[in-house]
Amino acid sequence: MAKAKAQAQAAGVPAFYVTEDEHAHSGGSTMLGFWLYLMSDCLVFAVLFATYGVLGRNYAAGPSGADLFDLKLVAVNTAMLLFSSITYGFAMLAMDKGRQAAMQAWLAVTALFGLAFLGIELYEFAHLIHEGATPMRSAFLSSFFTLVGTHGLHVTFGLIWLTVLMVQVSRRGLIEANRRRLLCLSMFWHFLDVVWIGVFTFVYLMGVLK
Amino acid sequence: MTSYPDWWKLIFGRFTLEAIPYHEPILIGTFAAVALGGLALIALVTRYKLWGYLWHEWFTSVDHKKIGIMYMILGVIMLLRGFADALMMRGQQAIAFAGNEGYLPPHHYDQIFTAHGVIMIFFVAMPFVTGLMNYVVPLQIGARDVSFPFLNNFSFWMTVSGAVLVMMSLFIGEFAKVGWLAYPPLSGAAYSPGVGMDYYLWALQIAGVGTTLSGVNLIATIVKMRAPGMEMMRMPVFTWTALCTNVLIVATFPILAATLALLTLDRYVGTNFFTNDLGGNPMMYVNLIWIWGHPEVYILILPIFGVYSEVASTFCGKRLFGYASMVYATVVITILSYLVWLHHFFTMGSGASVNSFFGITTMIISIPTGAKIFNWLFTMYRGRIRFELPMMWLVAFMLTFVIGGMTGVMLAVPPADFVLHNSLFLIAHFHNVIIGGVVFGVFAGIAYWFPKAFGFKLDRFWGLLSFWFWVIGFYVAFMPLYVLGLMGVTRRLSRFEDPSLQIWFVIAAIGAVLIALGILCFIIQIAVSIVRREQLRDTTGDPWDGRTLEWSTSSPPPAYNFAFTPIVHDLDAWADMKKRGYRRPLGGFKPIHMPRNTGAGVIIAALATVGGFALIWYIWWLAALSFVGVIATVVIHSFNYDRDFHIPAEAVLREEDSRSQLLGRA
Amino acid sequence: MREVSSLLRIFRFLAVLPLFALLGGCQMVLLGPSGDVALQQRNLLLASTGLMLLIIVPVMALTIFFAWRYRASAKASYDPDWNHSLPLEVVIWSVPLLIIVVIGAMTWMGTHLLDPYRPLNRIAAGKPVVEAKAGGNGVRKEPLVIQVVALDWKWLFLYPAQGIASLNEVVAPVDQPIEFRITSSSVMNSLFIPALAGQIYAMPGMQAKLNAVINHAGEFEGFSANYSGAGFSEMRFRFRGVDDKAFGDWVQGAIRNGSTLGREEYLVLEKPSEREAVRYFRDIPSDLFSAVLNMCVDRAKMCTRDMMALDAKGGGGKEGIHIVAQLEYDKSVRRGGQPMPPRPFVTAICTPTDVYGTAGVSARVAN
Repeated sequence: MAKAKAQAQAAGVPAFYVTEDEHAHSGGSTMLGFWLYLMSDCLVFAVLFATYGVLGRNYAAGPSGADLFDLKLVAVNTAMLLFSSITYGFAMLAMDKGRQAAMQAWLAVTALFGLAFLGIELYEFAHLIHEGATPMRSAFLSSFFTLVGTHGLHVTFGLIWLTVLMVQVSRRGLIEANRRRLLCLSMFWHFLDVVWIGVFTFVYLMGVLK
Repeated sequence: MTSYPDWWKLIFGRFTLEAIPYHEPILIGTFAAVALGGLALIALVTRYKLWGYLWHEWFTSVDHKKIGIMYMILGVIMLLRGFADALMMRGQQAIAFAGNEGYLPPHHYDQIFTAHGVIMIFFVAMPFVTGLMNYVVPLQIGARDVSFPFLNNFSFWMTVSGAVLVMMSLFIGEFAKVGWLAYPPLSGAAYSPGVGMDYYLWALQIAGVGTTLSGVNLIATIVKMRAPGMEMMRMPVFTWTALCTNVLIVATFPILAATLALLTLDRYVGTNFFTNDLGGNPMMYVNLIWIWGHPEVYILILPIFGVYSEVASTFCGKRLFGYASMVYATVVITILSYLVWLHHFFTMGSGASVNSFFGITTMIISIPTGAKIFNWLFTMYRGRIRFELPMMWLVAFMLTFVIGGMTGVMLAVPPADFVLHNSLFLIAHFHNVIIGGVVFGVFAGIAYWFPKAFGFKLDRFWGLLSFWFWVIGFYVAFMPLYVLGLMGVTRRLSRFEDPSLQIWFVIAAIGAVLIALGILCFIIQIAVSIVRREQLRDTTGDPWDGRTLEWSTSSPPPAYNFAFTPIVHDLDAWADMKKRGYRRPLGGFKPIHMPRNTGAGVIIAALATVGGFALIWYIWWLAALSFVGVIATVVIHSFNYDRDFHIPAEAVLREEDSRSQLLGRA
Repeated sequence: MREVSSLLRIFRFLAVLPLFALLGGCQMVLLGPSGDVALQQRNLLLASTGLMLLIIVPVMALTIFFAWRYRASAKASYDPDWNHSLPLEVVIWSVPLLIIVVIGAMTWMGTHLLDPYRPLNRIAAGKPVVEAKAGGNGVRKEPLVIQVVALDWKWLFLYPAQGIASLNEVVAPVDQPIEFRITSSSVMNSLFIPALAGQIYAMPGMQAKLNAVINHAGEFEGFSANYSGAGFSEMRFRFRGVDDKAFGDWVQGAIRNGSTLGREEYLVLEKPSEREAVRYFRDIPSDLFSAVLNMCVDRAKMCTRDMMALDAKGGGGKEGIHIVAQLEYDKSVRRGGQPMPPRPFVTAICTPTDVYGTAGVSARVAN
């Protein structure tokens, strides 16, 4: 091998293959890949936002956002999600310092905030449906429930993922694969936060202000 | 209809024994044939004890090459189904004149044209294109696999899952009767109450998940895993087009998923997105579906442009003319494909300014496309053209595609579109570009890369027969449709009044039969090639004097593709290596790190199929169960950290030595 | 290379094939239409085709020539390193660009001039439409209004000025501008009379317009050009261009022989049926088309017009939450399916006379 290479170089031929390092495989592209997935998810939300933009005023002679939304409740809800993002950030800081117990604690707090968010959202939905403002009532309500509900579904999956990761960290520690997963979930969680800010502004605030 | 008790509905949802079409002789015949064939296949596999082999070496494989081959097999199988639909339509239209009802009532005929469109696009063209990209891209960029090998396996099985659901609709219940894009309100619960639309929705939704993830995977692969030295502007053109296509996939398939999800909610929950009721807006669906649908046709054609580029430079024996302009043209087409969707419904009555905007953006796409044609043309100039099968497909494509391009621009002029829209002229146009472009290119790609994948070339005689049947059959089948379109005949009709039209439909039917012979010859070609594989054997790994990295390794390539990762110094890296006296490394190998096979993809996709079926038939308990199953499998799979292994250096040495012996013998 | 020459021979044959097709041009209604709009659309079609052939034909010829000239066995000049030429690149980008600029300009003008919503300014080349009072050679400006409803699976044509309607037949005087106002009762269809003008979609709850004129007397075919379900293949009608007198006679005939078409009759008529014979109607309520368009022929339904007016003012409030049955227009049982499962909300707290059910909503409308 070395001989062949020496010969080749003697003939003025450049190196045509890597002999030293092994081509990195696992994990090298995970962040990029997950980012791409998030962008595709972002498009799903884009469609739902666009749908809400088109249908959001089609009340079908029924109630509008101004009639239905309880802005105070939604503000509390928003705070829950924003806090959960912050606490997730603290968890990541703890991870960087290698403090596993602290990280787990912060993750648990994040999960609690996430659960609170979901609970409030479910309460809001139940209340609306009880009043008769169901997703079937008008195109506005269809698009409202679908947009907000899809976000809520994402948060639910995020919570399942979070729980699974906490178990995995407790079993295996902060190994490379777990750190990577935690970073992916971090992107996912903050992404949901950003989407929610859009929902809050575009659906709730503008719906109530009109 | 007998009434079923409540316990039946609880267990079987809306499935009833009447849903099995035993009163339809065509379907019973098909079912018998499929069942017998399937049983024979199962018996053979069992007889030769191949289940273990198939499971371990293929179904659970995360090797991009095997997954690529499985995609191609899926494409061929579904091509047979989709083409059977085409033959039935051509048969019906050729005889249903002047009071003759033909042999297909609307109930059946309308399912067939819907199934034909859905299958050909989603389960034939897409698997072919994805299969080629999967097989070739990692080899071309000097990688050992894709970025996410497990995801790749999972994506494939999700595509299969969608195909299985579509096939099930043939024998259990019915398929949609709405046209391949299922415009509401016709496709809504009010006007399409049966299971057909639900088969459509869940099949596309499940397959779409696979496609999107495979797009993410290939982008990450191309961006992150290129061999050292392969800058963007040194990437082979096929890899470039694959990159652009996958960007389009990731940027559009979520739109399809969301749009279909909204329609699903309309049908299942009773929401009002696309209904006439309570403020719904069906036109929004038409816009959304085409925002996906137009880029989709570029998703199909772009990688095929890449195939043609590889074929052109290889068989003309020179570097591709205007590599840079080819790349820019591809990128420009990628971007423009987003700005043209409204040309599919000029007749909806948008204002003149909106229509002209979309008409003109559509025409602008023909500029980079034209530049590509010129680039292939001038690649031939002062070349030394070997008319192997792929090259013949290229020439046939160039002559055919320009006609399709011309009729495409005609359709892009809104006032002209008002008379041509939805006519058979339109049908002729898009078959002109899809058959003359995508299908010819897929066959070129198969003939070109088959020796790489299997180590022997395809039989030339049967290949030529298939080529001529396809090309002539295409012209005989679709030129009459251009004429009929100009005679003002619209699409999707199952019965006609004017007897002067019949002759054209008969000619078109003859063309369809010629194409059927072309498909038959293709299958015979594969069989004959397998039988004659020793004569057709390629021991060099480089049977065509290729120019890109996939030809630098053996045929078929070892599991690890490259014993050492190549270093790229120029465009057409392998041609450059050959010119500058590259010597194959013969020793000093190191253990190679590879991903391990896993059955999780198959299991999740199987659960998704069951779940989809349960949702279609309102079998809620089963749907819930399979949903929980999917989540559980994903979670359990995530607890498996042991996903890699090393191919020991001795094994690499053995593999490479055996190749040295082959090369020495050649 | 025997294959190459046979390949070329076959392609030469195939290139001629479309010409054979053109021999049958007399039957091709799109290439020989009878209405001025369709004629202009055809001219645009031919002009753009001609322009494109300027580049397509040389490309095809060069493809064949290069394929033959540089085949391996010909041992023609071989230059494996020639892969770039700036002048050539400029040409291959700019020539298509130029052609597209020309076609694009034609498209812009043609699309605006032939916009189906735009009232006609000529009835044929050299015959402009003029103001009624100006007199002269021109034709009076007021177009004949025909309201079109695509039903399952037949066509209803209403003539508001004449007070008649016809099923599956539409008649118009020659050289008289026509304004079609088009809607659909259930799903999307497309009104297409190839000899007269291009098509336009017929969509439920929406109105599209098509301005056109027929220049030759005769009987032409019309149909739906957008798939709409099982009876779609039979959704055909006759379009007849006749002289003024014959048109007057036809109207009189419809008035004499037609049956009544009130709201009740319409609701029966709109039920799905195929291959309906030509029929005429009279005594048509002047607001029937508007009721069809607003999906409130059934008086129990709220007109979409009113619903949208209410929505524009911010909806019906919580008081309007239970107005649902009045707003459901899709008639689920019409296509032979199972009735929709009952929707899970109260439906009947209001009556047709008290449309919004509560005073609260009425107050809101007043605002």
